[in-house]
Amino acid sequence: MKANIYVKKRVAIVGAGMTLFRRRMLETPQELAWIATRRALDQAGLELKDIDCVVSGSAPDAFDGVHLKGEYYSEGAGAIRKPHMRVYVGGGTGVFVAIAAWWHVASGLCKRVLAVAEEKMSSAADPHPQAVFRHIWDPFMEKPLNPNLIWIFALEMHRYMHKCGVTKEDIALVAVKNKRNALDNPYAQAAANITVDDVLNSEPLVYPVNRLDISPVSDGAAALVMVSEEWARRLTDTPIWVEGIGYTLDTSYWTNRELSYPVYLKNAAEMAYKMAGIERPMKEIDVAEPYDPFDYKELHHLEGLGLAPRCKAAEMTKEGVTQRNGDLPVCPSGGLLGVGNPIAAAGLMKVAEIFWQLRGEAGKRQVKKSATTGLAQAWGDLMQIGTVVILRR
Amino acid sequence: MPSLPRVAIVGMGYEGFTTSSEHLSFREMVFQAAVKAYEDAGGIDPRRDVDSFISCQEDFWEGVSISDEFAPDQLGAVLKPLYTVTGDGLHCIANAYMMIKSGVADVVVIESHGKPSEIASMRDIIWFSTDPIYIRPLKIPNPHALQAIEARIYMESRKLSREDLGLYVIQVKENSLLSVRAPYSHRLTIDEYLSSDYIADPLTIHDIAPYSDAAIVAVMASEDVAREYTDTPIWVEGIGWATEASTIQLRSMEEDIATRIASDIAYKYAGIEDPKRDIDFAEIDERYSYKALQVVEALRISSKGSITSDLRDGFFSRSGSLPVNPSGGALSEGLPLEAHGLARLLSAYEQLRGIAGRAQLSDIEKAIIHSWRGIGTSSSVVAVLSR
Repeated sequence: MKANIYVKKRVAIVGAGMTLFRRRMLETPQELAWIATRRALDQAGLELKDIDCVVSGSAPDAFDGVHLKGEYYSEGAGAIRKPHMRVYVGGGTGVFVAIAAWWHVASGLCKRVLAVAEEKMSSAADPHPQAVFRHIWDPFMEKPLNPNLIWIFALEMHRYMHKCGVTKEDIALVAVKNKRNALDNPYAQAAANITVDDVLNSEPLVYPVNRLDISPVSDGAAALVMVSEEWARRLTDTPIWVEGIGYTLDTSYWTNRELSYPVYLKNAAEMAYKMAGIERPMKEIDVAEPYDPFDYKELHHLEGLGLAPRCKAAEMTKEGVTQRNGDLPVCPSGGLLGVGNPIAAAGLMKVAEIFWQLRGEAGKRQVKKSATTGLAQAWGDLMQIGTVVILRR
Repeated sequence: MPSLPRVAIVGMGYEGFTTSSEHLSFREMVFQAAVKAYEDAGGIDPRRDVDSFISCQEDFWEGVSISDEFAPDQLGAVLKPLYTVTGDGLHCIANAYMMIKSGVADVVVIESHGKPSEIASMRDIIWFSTDPIYIRPLKIPNPHALQAIEARIYMESRKLSREDLGLYVIQVKENSLLSVRAPYSHRLTIDEYLSSDYIADPLTIHDIAPYSDAAIVAVMASEDVAREYTDTPIWVEGIGWATEASTIQLRSMEEDIATRIASDIAYKYAGIEDPKRDIDFAEIDERYSYKALQVVEALRISSKGSITSDLRDGFFSRSGSLPVNPSGGALSEGLPLEAHGLARLLSAYEQLRGIAGRAQLSDIEKAIIHSWRGIGTSSSVVAVLSR
């Protein structure tokens, strides 16, 4: 990206909404998208007729079992007879929806944009939706080995533990914290009061990953209303500004990378910090929602984002810095581990949570410190992409 | 308010437009196209000069879930901003346009490719794109039937005969004899056209675009940067896109409403008041012969009342007042899936730069390009280009 970002138009979030995150929701993907959309419109005080563009996101078409999935759910996302754009970066999609919605408004082409993310995973495959991930590999080099997604994340987790001298106990603290945070989240699927021992004693899946180290399979949707500065001033006294966006994709050949540190995320975060004028992220970010489909990922991502020194995120967690009443509250929503992981919807939920936190509307989840700047991040593909959004009050 | 930068296409490259391509992987095809595009853009270095890359592709066409994973290496985009848009290549152009307008990027590279020759189960994939509750249970054996219904309704409402469709097909096939990218190019007579078998009444093999393999890469830049890279930038004056309805039973079959909405947006930004007067030629979607006529009408370069007489009077031929698909279009080039929109862009780009060789039109300033997402969808993109 260029050294100076000459962004001419400001973009604000004025409303957010989401559905329950649950396994085996009875609603269709279209209905899920619409429930979240309606709630976001309600908070913004707008009707569908006021929306001039729709940006949407959803992870693999194979989950919903519909080819051209964006065309299929467009009706639920409110996109009928409107410009509709679906963006897609695997697990990073949710946050990327907000990124693409940003330039829909910042370019001046659209004034009032709906950003919608939907995922319906639970009916995907028999016996388990994980089977969809059999088809995400290089068909020549990797597919013949029949790898499983949890295997490669186990490799990454193990590498991180080895390089940084982090133990399973340290990592389990993230699951304990996020699942407890989720107890205050009315949409949460996997909220629980558990201990480190519960995590360590849960069913081992692939060493070093146990069942409680992972977020669940979920269905759900989330939506935002993003508008131009003029409309933000007209609609609300407390717009939340999108101040920075960043994203970077690494090589397809994940086997050739040092897995202990996410360089792609460092680049993505630098892009967003530069745009937002943030020079010292550790001091300037008040609340963060890094992507936590696995508990080690929260630590890994905090380091990639520059919110923790390299290999020090576990120590920060142990000291309570990342608790809701800590110096840098992390995943106050309960994260994917607690709220659930309908992939694209989970990413956009993180942006929605930062929006609610900065507006002071997070209720029992509200962080203790006065937060003016927050960050949401997602991650996806073959441990390959980082997507970052920075919001300011 | 400071003015927003103009957006230009500064380089394009392609590989393929062949009926099969077993000698190249899709990555090799994209690499070839990218190298040519970077060269065409004045020899840019993707590692140094490009702010973002965009790939337009769909998982089921690729046979891989999360196909975004395999986009970066062949473009030189490793550890750079790159994302996928699940849409036609022109949806990527729209995103690049917005990124440059917003100021977040100066140079954006767009890629789209299609390798339908390697898809063993095309019919099932199309079946999977239909609404799972209302349409899929019908198990329609021939997906073209969905469009044949629309063709019939459209033809009846506009008093178009099969001879009229034949006239259009013969015209574009004739155009394609001048093209270097038309594996399905041939001379066709009206008798041959009328005597061929129906695939789905009223559509014959001549009315339905066959498939071809291709990869296309475009380089876009803001005005200041474009002037550094090339003396002949092609400007994107306006772009619009729209979706009408999610499934076929909810859509108008008589009119292409999505294209109408998309063109309204594109014309507004391009300052086009009378497209018939202001536009010099069109490169549009003709994956079905009737669709091209429906699109021409929606783009307002003809009208509901005059489409039939305009066609018969030769307005859309190479020598007519508004040539439509002087390249031969998808009926001659074949359909490289989501790369189709970039194929339309490529032909218009070559015409406007004056490098279209034997196919070159004279005295052209402005073009309109259009792409649709195919069977069962309504999503369309429209852009106005100028030199």
